Amino acid sequence: MRDVAIIGVGCTEFGELWDKSFREIFVEAGVSAIEDANVQGGKIDALYVGNMSGGRFIEQEHLGALIADYSGLASLHIPSTRVEAACASGGLALRQGIIAVASGYHDIVIAGGAEKMTDVGVETTTDALAAAADREWEGIMGATFPGLYAMIARLHMHKYGTKQEQLAAVAVKNHHNGTMNPKAQFQNEISIETVLNSVMVADPLRVFDCSPITDGASAVVLAPAEIAHKFTDTPIYVKASAQASGTISLHDRPDITTLDATVAAANRAYKMAKTTPKDIDFAEVHDCFTIAEICAIEDLGFVKKGEGGEAAESGLTAIGGKIPINPSGGLKACGHPVGATGVKQAVEITLQLRGEAGKRQIDGAETGLTHNVGGSGGTAVVHIFGRER
Amino acid sequence: MSVPRFWRRLKNLYNLIGTHCKKCGGFYYPPRNMCPRCRRNGVIVPFKYKGTGEVVTFTIVHSAAKDYAMLTPYILAIIKLDEGPRLTSQVICSHEDIHIGMKVKSAFRKLGEESDRGMIYYGTKFIPLEN
Repeated sequence: MRDVAIIGVGCTEFGELWDKSFREIFVEAGVSAIEDANVQGGKIDALYVGNMSGGRFIEQEHLGALIADYSGLASLHIPSTRVEAACASGGLALRQGIIAVASGYHDIVIAGGAEKMTDVGVETTTDALAAAADREWEGIMGATFPGLYAMIARLHMHKYGTKQEQLAAVAVKNHHNGTMNPKAQFQNEISIETVLNSVMVADPLRVFDCSPITDGASAVVLAPAEIAHKFTDTPIYVKASAQASGTISLHDRPDITTLDATVAAANRAYKMAKTTPKDIDFAEVHDCFTIAEICAIEDLGFVKKGEGGEAAESGLTAIGGKIPINPSGGLKACGHPVGATGVKQAVEITLQLRGEAGKRQIDGAETGLTHNVGGSGGTAVVHIFGRER
Repeated sequence: MSVPRFWRRLKNLYNLIGTHCKKCGGFYYPPRNMCPRCRRNGVIVPFKYKGTGEVVTFTIVHSAAKDYAMLTPYILAIIKLDEGPRLTSQVICSHEDIHIGMKVKSAFRKLGEESDRGMIYYGTKFIPLEN
C-alpha cells in the first residue's frame, strides 16, 4: 500500500443556492480543487462522487456519468463512480479515492461530494432523509431523523444528566465558528436563549439543535505521497482511513447512546495511524444534531462516556480549547449538504493544517481527524490527516 | 410505501410476529431471516410476542414527514419487549405521563395514510399497561 496525500481542495459556498444546479455546484468545487492542486484534467485517473439521494432531491440517478460529462472528463472516458452511504456518502467517496490511490490502481483521483437539497419542499426532504434509517421498521412507525437523535438525547440526559443548555452550547459554539468561515451557511452568532426558545422539532431537540437543509459541493485531489511535492509545497498526508458498520436501526444498537460504528472506525483509524485520541489536535465531527457532537467526542475517545455534555459548555471544544471541534462551524453552522459533508470535513482539515484557515485558524495544528456518520450510526468513517508523512 | 411492500409485512405488523433462533435462543423483532449471531448455522422460526414491554427512550415528534403530519405531535419511542428485543413504535398516552421505564402493551392502531385516496396503514402501537 502506498501513502496518499491531498494535493488540492475546493468547496462551494454552502447554503440555499437556488440559482445553481447540482451539476454546476459539483463542477465548481471540482475545478477549484484541480486549480488548487495545479493538475491538468488529462492527468486525472478517476472520479468518486459522494451523493445520498439525487433520485429524491433532483430526480436524477447515474450521477457519476453526469459529473464526468459536465466536468469535461467524459470525452477522456475517465471512470466516475457514485458512492452512497446516506450522510456518510462524502466520507465514503473520499475513502474509495484513497483506497484507489493507495492500492496503486490509480494515481491522481478526485474525490468529491455534492447534494442539492432545496429543489424540493421540506416534507420531501424530511422523507428522503428518513430513508437513511430503516424504512420498514422505523420510518413506517413515524420515525424522523430528528426523532431518532432526540431519542438518543433523551436517554443521554437520563443516564448522564446532560442538560438542554449543554446541547445548546454546541450550537452556540459552532455558530461562533461559522462567523469566521466565509463559506458557511450561517455566519451569525446565537445565544443559549436563541436555541432554548426556538421551535420544538422532536423533544428535546429544537430547530437550533438541528443542522440545516443545504446545497453544496466539495472536492479534494488525491495523489501518491511520493509525487505530492510535484504539485504542492504543502501536501497533507492521509494517516488513516477507516470505516465501520453498525445496525441500521437505532433500536438494535447495543447502547443507544453510543454509536458503536464510530468507536470501531476510530479504533481502527488510531491503530492505522499509530496514534491515540490525545495526539489529535482538532477534529471535524458529524454534528447533524447537537447531541451527535456530544456522542461523537465521547465515542472518538476525546472525553469519557457521559462527559460530552460539559465539553462545549466549558470551552474544551472551542477554537483555543484543548480539543477544538468543528472549527468550520460543523454541520450545524457551515451547513449539511449530506453527500458533500464528509469531503468538506477533509477540506477544512487541509486548510487548517496548511495554515490557510483565516480567522478560524487553530495555532500549530499538526494532526486533524474527520468523522462522518450515515443515518443514526449504520455507517461511520474516520480519517486522520497530518502535516508530516 | 408501496402496497406489496406493506402487504408482505402484515402479519408482523398486525400481530407482532418476529423470529426466534432455536440454535442460540435469540429473539428478533423486526423479524430476521438470518440470525445475526449464528448466521448460516442459525435455525430461524417465527415467534409471536406477548406485546408487553417498557419504554427505553422516547421523543415527541412535532415535525413529521407528509404521511404522518396529521398525527403531530406524537410520541415516538423505543420499546423493549419482555422477551428481549427492542423496536420503534408510537405510544398513545398523555404527553405528561410518558417516561423512561413506563410499562406498555401493544394495541392495533392506524399508523398513517398516504392521502385522501391513498393507502391507510395499520399496525402495532403501544398504550400504558395500567389503563
